[in-house]
Amino acid sequence: MTIETRAPGVLDSLASSGRRRRLPRINPFAWLIFILGVLYFFLPLVGTFIHSTRTRPDIFLAYRQVFADSKFFVGLGYSFAVGVITIVVSLLIIVPTAYWVRLKVPRLRPVVEFVTLMPFVIPPVVLVFGLIRVYSSKPLVLTATNIGSDFVLVCAYVILSFPYMYRAVDTGLAAIDVRTLTEAAQSLGAGWARILWRVIFPNLRTALLSGAFLTMAIVIGEYTIANFLARTQAFGPYLSLLGRSQPYTPAAVSLISFGLTWLAMGAIAFLGRGARTRVQVAGAR
Amino acid sequence: MSFLELTGVQKHFGPTVAVEDFNLAAERGEFVSFLGPSGCGKTTTLRMIAGFEVPTAGAIVLDGTDITHRPPNRRNVGMVFQSYALFPNMTVGDNVGFGLKVRKRPGDQIRKRVGELLELVHLGDKMARYPYQLSGGQQQRVALARALAFEPQVLLLDEPLSALDAKIRVSLRHEIRAIQRQLGITTVYVTHDQEEALSLSDRVVVMSEGRIEQIGSPFDVYNFPATGFVASFVGTLNVLPAVVVDPGGGGLSVAGQAFRINRPISARTGSTISLALRPEMVSLGEAGGENVLRGTVADVSFLGSIVRIRIQVAEGVVVTVDEFNEPTLVLPQLEASASISFPTEGPLVLESVPVIEPDDLIAEA
Repeated sequence: MTIETRAPGVLDSLASSGRRRRLPRINPFAWLIFILGVLYFFLPLVGTFIHSTRTRPDIFLAYRQVFADSKFFVGLGYSFAVGVITIVVSLLIIVPTAYWVRLKVPRLRPVVEFVTLMPFVIPPVVLVFGLIRVYSSKPLVLTATNIGSDFVLVCAYVILSFPYMYRAVDTGLAAIDVRTLTEAAQSLGAGWARILWRVIFPNLRTALLSGAFLTMAIVIGEYTIANFLARTQAFGPYLSLLGRSQPYTPAAVSLISFGLTWLAMGAIAFLGRGARTRVQVAGAR
Repeated sequence: MSFLELTGVQKHFGPTVAVEDFNLAAERGEFVSFLGPSGCGKTTTLRMIAGFEVPTAGAIVLDGTDITHRPPNRRNVGMVFQSYALFPNMTVGDNVGFGLKVRKRPGDQIRKRVGELLELVHLGDKMARYPYQLSGGQQQRVALARALAFEPQVLLLDEPLSALDAKIRVSLRHEIRAIQRQLGITTVYVTHDQEEALSLSDRVVVMSEGRIEQIGSPFDVYNFPATGFVASFVGTLNVLPAVVVDPGGGGLSVAGQAFRINRPISARTGSTISLALRPEMVSLGEAGGENVLRGTVADVSFLGSIVRIRIQVAEGVVVTVDEFNEPTLVLPQLEASASISFPTEGPLVLESVPVIEPDDLIAEA
């Protein structure tokens, strides 16, 4: 009896070990491409890091200088704040729009998709010149004051975030049965505001997070528009200015901002993880 | 005045007519099913009662109030969907309490009511679970509790059991009916499954291509189908083309074999009419005093409690016979000759099936 039950198990393990042995035998050409890809992405980082440590005798001098410079934190803080406001405004525009298009006017979807792609078609420099031209003359003079310029900056960034935000939200909406959930909520007596806030938003968590972090990454790294509207206060122009006057610090700043971006990516993965585990649990049942 | 009244309700989607001239008066506490194949307009009609679609014409009156143009969230109508439609971000308790929260009921009242309803659907211990932690049948029971929690005037169910497997489908069916009886709530149930409609309902509305074919009790719809469509859609049906031999005495013949029905036929001698015959009205062998037809065994299928035998009476004419399964039953051999018998009241004359008159044949010749 025991032999009988063990025999298939032994065979199984043999089969699986065979499979395991076969796995790494991938085409050497594929490996070559993989290694080239890794080098392509990592060599610049390594180069930047080596460059940033050329300061003698203190190899971390550049990093120390960055952290000692209040402008670094001001710039980063400013861009971060602008990013957060951009994300909130963008979400408030995109989520109801994408939801409504999916629910009520699906035939307008290609149109909306095209409109959200405009930032890829219009270069940022054209966008910012257009904005400055319109909002520096009557009736709406906004660029005359700092707060007015900040306002125009946020508006420009909201437009830049559209392609990323719309696609993230639309994918999220595709994953849930928007129509039936809406109808269920309606039949229970809920109005539109409650449906959006209590039913749609919470079920888009992962999609909203990825849209939000992509937007944040764009805002932090943006140079052209910030240079015209935010003076040197924003992170992008600060980094550029630094590059013109100092040899090693910009490399350090780049790496620090790169690290911050990776932290943001990690946060997406971490916060989105809950949702994925749930799906797996549901699948296992 | 009835509790739920649909008068002259129509729905057009562009040039397509989804529902035409739908009239129904349901009493308080009645269980009404809309039965029909997909695309017959049953779901569209239900969605008009729920408020998700606005009728092109006609009126929907609920308890004396015209709700035709009222938005769905102001109708006080509970709905259960085929796909459950539970809110994935909320626990079972929050799902059931959603309608009460919308109505701004106090928290302790909500908790009490949610507890009661979960007890009603036998899920009292699942309050803190999330929908993804439940089976399909459990999720649909939560959806039912959610739709009932705010004490709606009408409960609408849109193919609620279609996504479940056979065993759960039957048990949940009984549970839905028991709960409906207990609460006395007026219910409209949409299904394409005739067994569901017949076993659950006080009245069945059989629909086809946007029209009502028949409204009646399950007994009437099954035994006295008003149209050929109802006869063929509800239950299994044998359709026999028969030649009228003696209209006054109900005399007919199929492939030269004479038989009669217990009532006069309103068709001329020599014309061909369609007769409907339920499999359970037919028995194998020759029974005294009944009509007898002879043929050969074309097929025998074993369906558990029933054995379904198909007898070929003439070229292209096959009669299906249902025999109860019992251990002593001797299954007939294929190709063997066999006789079937049925009482004179068994066959129904199908009115809507085209009747070929002898004059037409002469004209063609």
